[in-house]
Amino acid sequence: MYVAVKGGARAIENAHAWLAEERRGDPGVAELSVAQIRGQLTLAVDRVMAEGSLYDPDLAALAIKQARGDLIEAIFLIRAYRTTLPRLGATLPVDTGAMACDRRISATFKDLPGGQVLGPTFDYTHRLLDFKLAAEAAQPEAERAAPDLRPKPRVTEFLNQEGLIQDEAKAEDAPPDLTRAPLEFPACRALRQQALTRGDEGFVLGMAYSTQRGYGRNHAFVGELRIGTCSVEMEIPELGFAVEIGEVEVTECETVNQFAGSKTEPAQFTRGYGLVFGHGERKAISMALVDRALRWRELGEDDTGAPAQDEEFVLQHADNIQATGFLEHIKLPHYVDFQSEIELVRKLRAAAGEAPDD
Amino acid sequence: MIAARRCWMGVLAKARPERLAECVARLGEEPAIHWLRPPEVGAVMVRGRMGGTGAPFNLGEMTVTRCALRLPDGTVGHGHVQGRDRRHARQAALVDALMQGARAPEVEATVIAPLAEEAAAARRLRAEKAAATKVEFFTMVRGED
Repeated sequence: MYVAVKGGARAIENAHAWLAEERRGDPGVAELSVAQIRGQLTLAVDRVMAEGSLYDPDLAALAIKQARGDLIEAIFLIRAYRTTLPRLGATLPVDTGAMACDRRISATFKDLPGGQVLGPTFDYTHRLLDFKLAAEAAQPEAERAAPDLRPKPRVTEFLNQEGLIQDEAKAEDAPPDLTRAPLEFPACRALRQQALTRGDEGFVLGMAYSTQRGYGRNHAFVGELRIGTCSVEMEIPELGFAVEIGEVEVTECETVNQFAGSKTEPAQFTRGYGLVFGHGERKAISMALVDRALRWRELGEDDTGAPAQDEEFVLQHADNIQATGFLEHIKLPHYVDFQSEIELVRKLRAAAGEAPDD
Repeated sequence: MIAARRCWMGVLAKARPERLAECVARLGEEPAIHWLRPPEVGAVMVRGRMGGTGAPFNLGEMTVTRCALRLPDGTVGHGHVQGRDRRHARQAALVDALMQGARAPEVEATVIAPLAEEAAAARRLRAEKAAATKVEFFTMVRGED
C-alpha cells in the first residue's frame, strides 16, 4: 500500500530562506560577485564547465555562487540548465594542433621544437601557504618575452614519423552521443571518451592512479601536455560553409604507453588521450591513463580483472551527478519502505522468540 | 568572398559584446532590420579528436546565440556567437549584412579592423607571457680532469 503524505511546505520554504541567508554569509563582508568568481576562481569554474559538460564561464560562476562553492551541486545546476537549451548542431572537431598554448610540456623529450613552456603552473611551487595573499592589494604582473605564435608540433607526430607509435586512424563519422542515447556495452572509444571527459575528476583520478599502482598497469609517459585556446568552427547550413563561432580553453594530454609487438608486428608504443574543457591537467592526464587502460581489448592485451579495465564499472560510476542523485535520494523520506522492514524484523524476532533459547 | 566573410564573422563572434556594441555605435544610425530568425539561445556539441588527430568524439556543449536578419536593400546577415548575449548575435548579424554592401570599407575600418587588432594584441600578450616561462636548459658539464 502506498500512503501519500502531505506537509512540510512551510518548513521547506523557511529552510530555503535560511539557505539564502547562509549563502550570503556575514553582511559586514562584501558580497562575492559572479565576475569575481569567474575571474579569480577560474579553476573551479573550469571544473564546473568540464563536468557540467557546458562551456559557459558566466553560468559556471553563477552556479558556484548559488551552490555556496559546492562544485558537484554547481555541476548539477549546469546539467539541469543544459537540458533547457535547444541543440543547434555540432561543431567541427577542434584542432588542438593549432592551439594558442599557454602551457606545453613534454616529459619524454627535453629539446622539442616549440620548447617546454611552463605557463601559469602550480608545479615547482613549494606548497607553502602564502600569507601575503591574505593581506590583499597585490597587483602582480607576469614577465614577458618575445612571443612564438607558431603552432607547436605534436610529440606523437615525431614518433609517428618513425613508425614508433601506433597511428591514430583519422575518420569523420559523427560520434555517438551519450546525452542522446543510453549507454550500451561494449561502448566504442568515442563514447568512453565522452563519459570520461565529463566524469568526476576524483573518480577518474582514482581509476588512473589504480593503473599506476598495478591494477591494469600500462606504463604511461606524458608525451605531451598542452593548455590553451582553440578556435571552434561550425558548419552553418544556411551559408554552406563553416564559420568560427568562438573559442574554448582546453587541456590536452597525450600519453606514450607501453609498447606492443609480435613476431609479425614490430614493437610500437601505444597511446592514451585526454581532452577536457578548461585548465584541468590532473583530469586530462587521468583521462588519458584510463582511456589507455580501457583499450586493452583492441590492443590484444589480457583482461587482468583490474577495475580500470572494466568499462562498465568505469563508465557507469564516473558521472558524479548520476552518482550523487542516487546516493542522496536515500536521505529523502522512505517512511513506508522502512515501515515494512520494521514489520518484517518484528515478525522474525517474534518467530525467534517462540523458539527455545540456547 | 567566402574566405573574407568567414574571417569577419569569426572576428565578430570572438569580439567582446560591449566592444562590438561600441564600434557599431560609431557607424551612426542603424538601418531598419527585418528578423528572419530572431536571436535564439541554444547549445552546440563541441567535438574533439581522439589522439588529437583521429576520429571525432563529443567533448561537451557550448552556449551559442544565433540569428538572421535582412536589411531594407535585401542583404541577409547571419550571427552565430558563443554565449547567451542576444545583442551580440544581433550586432554580429547586422555587421555581417553591412559588410556585404556598399558600406563595407567604412564598416571594415570602424568595426572589423579594430576588433581584429585587439584580438591579435590579446593573443600576442598571452604568447609573450608564455614565452617568458619557456625553459632554457643548461647542460652541467662534469669535469673528469
